[in-house]
Amino acid sequence: MQLGRVRGTVVATEKSPGLDGVRFLVVQPLDKQQQPVGMSIVAADAVNMAGPGELVYFVSAREAAEALEEPFVPVDEAIVGIVDAVTLEGRS
Amino acid sequence: MKIARVSGNVVSTISHPFFDARRLLVCDVLDDAGGGTGQYLIAVDTVEAGPGDTVLLIDEGNSSRQIFGIDSGPIRTTVVGIVDDWG
Repeated sequence: MQLGRVRGTVVATEKSPGLDGVRFLVVQPLDKQQQPVGMSIVAADAVNMAGPGELVYFVSAREAAEALEEPFVPVDEAIVGIVDAVTLEGRS
Repeated sequence: MKIARVSGNVVSTISHPFFDARRLLVCDVLDDAGGGTGQYLIAVDTVEAGPGDTVLLIDEGNSSRQIFGIDSGPIRTTVVGIVDDWG
């Protein structure tokens, strides 16, 4: 799992079956110091509470679909938690 | 599996139910000389590891689910051992 910052929302009416009701968010992956790394991704929101500006952690690959109600759907990343705090050795 | 050093932890109240009461650790993946690779992973702890510990990581879903004894769940990265010595 990795940290990410929610940048925005994605609205798609026509979707693959099984994705109805799934929220999609634009997420910028972060390093552990919370600096952006790489390109933004679109992640399904498995907690249904994440919103723009929030620090989240997400899971990639097969396990992303496991986070959703319908576990056999085409998603690459899913947000599985909203971060309250990241504490690193020697600082927070 | 990977060898990593625990450098911190992540606190999260709102999460997928699988992560309720689970400890999340920030793990820096190490190279074969013990140096940092720049890559990190957030992993679920199963061995009471803490910051500063060198640990064994699994970054694969089926193995991780087997450890937790579940058939489904959004878990992929798990701390499965504390390394005493390696080289």
